[in-house]
Amino acid sequence: MRNQKSIFANIDNVTVILYVILVFIGWISIYAAVYNEEHQSIFDISERYGMQLLWIAAAFVIAIVILMFDGQFFPTFAYPIFVALLLTLIGVLLFGAEVKGSKSWFKIGSFALQPSEFGKFATALALAKYLSGFNIKMQDMKTKVIASIIIGIPAVLILLQNDTGSTLVYASFVFVLYREGLSGNILLLGLYTAFLFVISLLMRINDFTFFGTVLSGDQLLIIILALIAALVAYITKRAKRFWMIVVAAFVFSAGLIYSVDYIFENVLEPHQSKRINVLLGIESDPKGAGYNVNQSLIAIGSGGFAGKGFMEGTQTKFDFVPEQSTDFIFCTIGEEWGFLGSFVLICLYIGLFLRIIYLAERQRSIFSRIYGYAVASILFFHFLINIGMAIGLAPVIGIPLPFISYGGSSLWSFTILLFIFIKLDAERINVLR
Amino acid sequence: MNNLSDRKIVIAIIFLVVGFIFLIRLFNVQVINDKYKFDSDQNVLREVIQYPARGLIYDRNGVLLVYNEAAYDLMVIPRQVKEMDTLAFCELIGMKYEDFITKFNKAKNYSRYKPSVFEKEISSKSYAKIQEKLFEYPGFYAQTRTLRKYPRESAAHILGYIGEVDQNLIDKNPYYRSGDYIGKSGIELSYEELLRGKRGVKRVLVDVHNREKGSYLDGEMDTMAVTGKTIYLTIDAILQEYGEQLMQNKRGSIVAIEPATGEILALVSAPAYNPNLLVGRDVKKNYPVLSSDKLKPLFNRALMASYPPGSTFKTVQALIGMQDGVITENTGFPCIKSNVGCHDHPTATNVESSIKMSCNPYYFSVYRKILLQNKSTSLFKDSEIGLAKWSKQVKKFGLGVDLGTDLPAIKKGFIPDVAFYDKWYGKGRWAFSTIYSLSIGQGEIGVVPLQMANLSAILANRGYYYTPHVLKRIEKVDTIPSIFKIKHDVGIDKIYFNPIVEGMQKVVEEAGGTARRAKIDSIQVCGKTGTAQNPHGEDHSIFIAFAPKVNPKIAIAVYVENAGFGGTWAAPIASLMMEKYLTGAIKDTVKENRILDANLMDVIPKEGQ
Ligand SMILES: [Zn+2]
Repeated sequence: MRNQKSIFANIDNVTVILYVILVFIGWISIYAAVYNEEHQSIFDISERYGMQLLWIAAAFVIAIVILMFDGQFFPTFAYPIFVALLLTLIGVLLFGAEVKGSKSWFKIGSFALQPSEFGKFATALALAKYLSGFNIKMQDMKTKVIASIIIGIPAVLILLQNDTGSTLVYASFVFVLYREGLSGNILLLGLYTAFLFVISLLMRINDFTFFGTVLSGDQLLIIILALIAALVAYITKRAKRFWMIVVAAFVFSAGLIYSVDYIFENVLEPHQSKRINVLLGIESDPKGAGYNVNQSLIAIGSGGFAGKGFMEGTQTKFDFVPEQSTDFIFCTIGEEWGFLGSFVLICLYIGLFLRIIYLAERQRSIFSRIYGYAVASILFFHFLINIGMAIGLAPVIGIPLPFISYGGSSLWSFTILLFIFIKLDAERINVLR
Repeated sequence: MNNLSDRKIVIAIIFLVVGFIFLIRLFNVQVINDKYKFDSDQNVLREVIQYPARGLIYDRNGVLLVYNEAAYDLMVIPRQVKEMDTLAFCELIGMKYEDFITKFNKAKNYSRYKPSVFEKEISSKSYAKIQEKLFEYPGFYAQTRTLRKYPRESAAHILGYIGEVDQNLIDKNPYYRSGDYIGKSGIELSYEELLRGKRGVKRVLVDVHNREKGSYLDGEMDTMAVTGKTIYLTIDAILQEYGEQLMQNKRGSIVAIEPATGEILALVSAPAYNPNLLVGRDVKKNYPVLSSDKLKPLFNRALMASYPPGSTFKTVQALIGMQDGVITENTGFPCIKSNVGCHDHPTATNVESSIKMSCNPYYFSVYRKILLQNKSTSLFKDSEIGLAKWSKQVKKFGLGVDLGTDLPAIKKGFIPDVAFYDKWYGKGRWAFSTIYSLSIGQGEIGVVPLQMANLSAILANRGYYYTPHVLKRIEKVDTIPSIFKIKHDVGIDKIYFNPIVEGMQKVVEEAGGTARRAKIDSIQVCGKTGTAQNPHGEDHSIFIAFAPKVNPKIAIAVYVENAGFGGTWAAPIASLMMEKYLTGAIKDTVKENRILDANLMDVIPKEGQ
């Protein structure tokens, strides 16, 4: 049945080319970010661009090795891979090394590996395997629970490593669940909750006076919601059941508003609540989290329309921007290539995401389709948070920009994630329904 | 929504919308909004650190002890340096051409983009001249710093000094950055966080002519420096300086405490040094000189030198004996010189006269009764039980323990305990007869002068003390740390202090007392002499005292190294200090001049060790 042609047969060239371009952009950005006139050899592995070059080479080897696998290997071994990953995550908790407050590294000599990076593709495989199973329907409660467990276990293990950023990435699987039939209302409910959370945070710091009565921000918000609820109920004048929903929604919202205070005062650590406050503009703190974003905005903003040119960036050079080759790598691109460069980069990413969705939809195998959506969702979430953070639209959460940020673990894990899908896609014709 | 394949559209739209929002935001930040723009060819953004002025330090009466003087660090960013007349520049800043090249290369090697300090701490006077021409040299700019100044040139050991923070600490404490100053000793160290204030950062735009064009974004992103807190010390500057004068040409220390509060009034360690020597870039030059000086001027004897307390310790022995009930205030012991040596004197018939005459065999007997209370039939076991209890009781006097004062680097001294002698001689192989020299404060026992002054305060208070400290008040804060307000009871009933205090008065005021030189005509002084045996040379002279007898205002301990018997040198110094503090003037100028003129520096080792 199988045709033993070249391992490159049927692979999607568009995806591979987009991948190679992004990796290349990453390397020259790292080069520009840490370039120093005194060390000019690009192979100097004492510098980050030298190391990244090694990692890129290794990533290409990894990609080719994945293409040499039998496509059936991945669905077959999805669970064993997942279990191996969970054991590694537990192992790193017990024996791992701590870097910048996160206990998420294995150190072998000077070489460090971050297992949590590899959790993404393993979880994607396990989720795809489970959801593609016989007679599994997203609408069933049991399906929802088991899917949540598959996503939740690695997420909790990574949270225990104190790596909040990588944990949040697991939220991106909600797109996959949605595509496979999770009610859209749940997505909307999530959005509404987030919206109400932010609004009540913004209002809670103020008091309002109406006709001599002093109302706290929370009370005012609840009164407004009550008025809206009453208005909706009056205008629609619909069935009793609808009334019930309106009342339930109102009670839920009021409870949420009051719990925000509680969470803020009692659950969150002071630095966490401070970070949220800075992000919302409630508090200004130019030396803390807000400082990094300010520096990042200065660097990106100073790039202007056409940028300062390759290696001409000054803001990133002064070390004004922290983590400039990892979490804030976008600053270098924004400063040196300007709006034009940013525009091209964002188009490349969106193009890649849409291409993956397109490929996922053409799969005959449900496993491949679900895995494809998982790939797109994970990449998209990193893109959303990383660039959003650099331009002040998302909270300061340190997660890498796929294929671009400095670091072996993240580059390899994104490469594995993507190339498993490329392989699955290449063998789609061989798959019998 | 029922057709699941429609959902691919929803997801694709979400991706597109996010991409679109990012592009709008980027267009706004990079193209439309001028807020983040400054022409990179014309202007550079410079991050200037605003160093806060360190807190001022005053004495208890508001006399200024430490203030700040402005100085300037000349900074360089190598990448911004253009073709320049190097020779003219060297002349301007008064630097040799070769030094210029070395320093410039060093800065370049560190980073072309980041600022380096090119020349440190240029005085305001020299800077005025440099400032006019500095704009001709792009890449160079000045950063304001402050230097400590000590107008009274005294109290160096209390105040301590500041120096550049080392890499070790930068790694540990995120506040500090390379080039920051930090307290290295004394008050500067223990109250570092109060005194340092908070660093600020100002961003300024600088044009091609090296001129500041104002603050970036109207200072929206700047942080203000917060000045350090002013603090008031418990030290009396006049008394402190007088003590330093008296101790000139002598080795030793004076510590004076206000008994009712534990406030340290003076803390002298001699030889001292001028605190202005350890300021700014002079530290590099002067520190090695001071630290290699054979007289050890940097060594704070008042806190760090541990000596045997000698006969002053008899006060503690008598108190413990009475509290244990092994003697009463009317117990007498014969002066049996075969037990331990003594001088000729009438027999001590009670505690009071034993203190007055400082009879050694009397305390040999007292200590034997304290240690051997017949708790065991074995002499060795009995000694062990006795020593364990005694050692615990002595430590309640703040001896042999960390007093917890706010001056850093204080030593604990040493009070021998059972474990020590077990290790030294072997378990069950020592008894009272082995360790009897403790009875007169000699032997393995060690006490630092501050602890001795605290002992005077305990005697003055008749049974308690407050932890000695030097912080009186923080500007705009009313309270001092609560640990300095805790009353420490030493566990001896007040009535037992009476015979001790009476005896101490007679030491000073009655014929046959050992410290007649400590007498002050207008004030009732209580004191006790001591001599610390020194195996390396002439013995050390010790005197502890307090005055007035009723409601004491000052308690003091004086150590004069290699000066022999306590009554000769330490006692008159203590009396002069107390008179100065209590009356503001000295009546007996003969006594004063004898001390001021005395040079005891040459009386060093008698055995040439
Ligand atoms: Zn005698």
